[in-house]
Amino acid sequence: MSNRRTVFCNARLIDPASGLDAKGGLLVENGKIADIGPRLFGDAERGDPETIDCKGLVLAPGLIDMRVFTGEPGSEHRETLESASRAAAAGGVTTIVVMPNTDPVIDEPSLVDFILRRAAATASVRVAPIAALTRHLAGEVMTEIGLLKEAGAVAFSDGDRTIANTRVLRRALAYASTFGALVVGHAEDPDLADGASVTEGEYAMRLGLPAAPAAAEAMIVERDIRLVELTGARYHFGQISCRASLDAIAAAKRRGLPITCGVAAHHLALNELDVGPYYTFMKVKPPLRSEADRAAMVEGVASGAIDVIVSSHDPQAADTKRLPFAQAAFGAVGLETLLPVALGLMHNGHTSLAHVLKALTATPAAILGLNAGTLAKGAPADLVLIDPDAPFVVDPDKLHSRARNTPFESRKFQGRAMKSFVGGECVFDRSVEARK
Amino acid sequence: MSSATAATPILKTSHLLGIEGLSVGEITALLDLGDEYVALGRAKEKKSPLLKGRTVINLFFEASTRTQSSFELAGKRLGADVMNMSVRTSSVTKGETLIDTATTLNAMRPDILIVRHQDSGAVEMLARKLDCCVVNAGDGSHEHPTQALLDALTIRRRRHSFEGLTVAICGDVLHSRVARSNIHLLSKMGARVRLIAPRTLLPAAAGRFGVEIFTDMREGLKGVDIVMMLRLQLERMTGAFIPSTREYFRFWGLDREKLAYAKPGALVMHPGPMNRGVEIDSAVADDIEVSLIHEQVEMGVAIRMAVLDALSRGLSAEGRNAP
Repeated sequence: MSNRRTVFCNARLIDPASGLDAKGGLLVENGKIADIGPRLFGDAERGDPETIDCKGLVLAPGLIDMRVFTGEPGSEHRETLESASRAAAAGGVTTIVVMPNTDPVIDEPSLVDFILRRAAATASVRVAPIAALTRHLAGEVMTEIGLLKEAGAVAFSDGDRTIANTRVLRRALAYASTFGALVVGHAEDPDLADGASVTEGEYAMRLGLPAAPAAAEAMIVERDIRLVELTGARYHFGQISCRASLDAIAAAKRRGLPITCGVAAHHLALNELDVGPYYTFMKVKPPLRSEADRAAMVEGVASGAIDVIVSSHDPQAADTKRLPFAQAAFGAVGLETLLPVALGLMHNGHTSLAHVLKALTATPAAILGLNAGTLAKGAPADLVLIDPDAPFVVDPDKLHSRARNTPFESRKFQGRAMKSFVGGECVFDRSVEARK
Repeated sequence: MSSATAATPILKTSHLLGIEGLSVGEITALLDLGDEYVALGRAKEKKSPLLKGRTVINLFFEASTRTQSSFELAGKRLGADVMNMSVRTSSVTKGETLIDTATTLNAMRPDILIVRHQDSGAVEMLARKLDCCVVNAGDGSHEHPTQALLDALTIRRRRHSFEGLTVAICGDVLHSRVARSNIHLLSKMGARVRLIAPRTLLPAAAGRFGVEIFTDMREGLKGVDIVMMLRLQLERMTGAFIPSTREYFRFWGLDREKLAYAKPGALVMHPGPMNRGVEIDSAVADDIEVSLIHEQVEMGVAIRMAVLDALSRGLSAEGRNAP
């Protein structure tokens, strides 16, 4: 934590939590936001060595990415907490919520403690661990939700696995509700999706690839909504990808159920055709869907029916991706393209900048109960300085992640993070990067 | 009550199948009679000839050393001939149906049959088929009336009245016949009942029983007079309803720290046998200042004598099973 003052002046302050969108300045003291205001720190403060001139760029709360897979512990060659945190910082993400799908699985209080200690020792951004909902992610025996929550788990999830046994899930949800714990579910019917590489449709047929229908997702969404109704558990669909899921969730929300959902950035920007000639970096879980479903996801974010945008960052090494499509691993890195993809919604006129940022800051903070995602006085000074118009082309070799499996290679974007701050400390500065 | 009024009927029916069907008057009369048998049990001469010549059969389809021996001793102290039949030695294991077992036993002309069965409603089914009096010694997750009565006797002897008392029942309410019988009895007698358990161990409709529901034990124990712990059936619990015994003990095990939230002087009960370090800490269970657990065992024999006494009055009046 910083003991010194830092002054941000000449910024466009956007705080989705309060609705603020105005020119002004921000004062950081001891790692926390000490003051903020439109009249704060005009030209008089420029030239102060502790002053950062934002030059009219957007200063917003650092992003919170609710869905990040790393390889630590167990697959450090793919990604460590340290390398993921560097990618996060470069993407303007100041809190990564890490999934329990590691080796060993994060299903013991001592392993939650391990993640938090490793993160404190090595990571440059904040790390919030999600613990497993069932032991070994096997979908059979619920984990010690009370003890794991006390150890610091922010939510409970079997990551990218769906719990097939409804009795197990009902009891896990009921038990989680005892502690007011958040459950993050993955919606893909395990039998229908078994062995499938892509979404079912004309293109899958042309490619001759094993496919699963979008309904495999929607039916689990509908099933889980029933179980939430039965148990009263707080439930978040980690990521949805089709209109049928969106409609079911929107209807459940109208009935007042404690349900939220997220969408991965790649499901906002890509569709089934991007798989192209068996391009394995496009193999994600759930698969890229039809153009109509992609458009529905964009519409869902704009309407607020989809609460958060996530990267679903899932680093894979060449050994798991340089394979025939059906054999290749699922997953795409995304921490550094999350913000650019999300800003595309604003550039394309679907929604406002403040609304996009809300789905990346205030809303995930509220769902997880994190003290972050806001520019309020007293909040931790986790900040991102965004140039919403800066054009760039994605170069996989310049990614900070240990893995290079981006589905956005050579894609042109407009807008990205220029500087990131965690607790008032600069953890990423693009102007320094450029001089390297 | 005294032996002079021994023929006064106490129960309206010839069976004791549950607390739900009992009136406040019937419960009070049984507790009064229970007090008399506590006195008898503490005397040097503990026997009464009341049931001399009567046959009492203990039919236990589910093993229970505690309840079975309590009934056996109660019957013997009242002078009855008591026979124990347990499932392992009976023909039930050879495939005989419950009804066949009942008619076979009926032919032996017992006066009182005491039955424990793992299935809810099985004891009532037997009662419909038999000519003798039937006492439910626990059926599935339904009722365990003599346990609730002995708990009530224990409480009444300490607190004198149920009015204004708050009793917390903690643990596996979902599967517990003890909890169901106690909810009925305590509510009828004017006590306020709270249930404390994780959501997985609370029946979905628990809120419809006129009780208060808590999942946080510290919240639930605030201001209670009596803490009733339930036994956790470990073999069917772990992984299915709770994740582990260590987590259960951390959040729902009664230790001194949690007990401190209850009213000063609050008393602790447990139907036994206890899982130490799972639902109750030894420091609490063994503290004679707060734990009524041994007193409950003593009250158990007395209340079972009272129940046998009460049922035998019906036998005498109707002359049933007379040779």
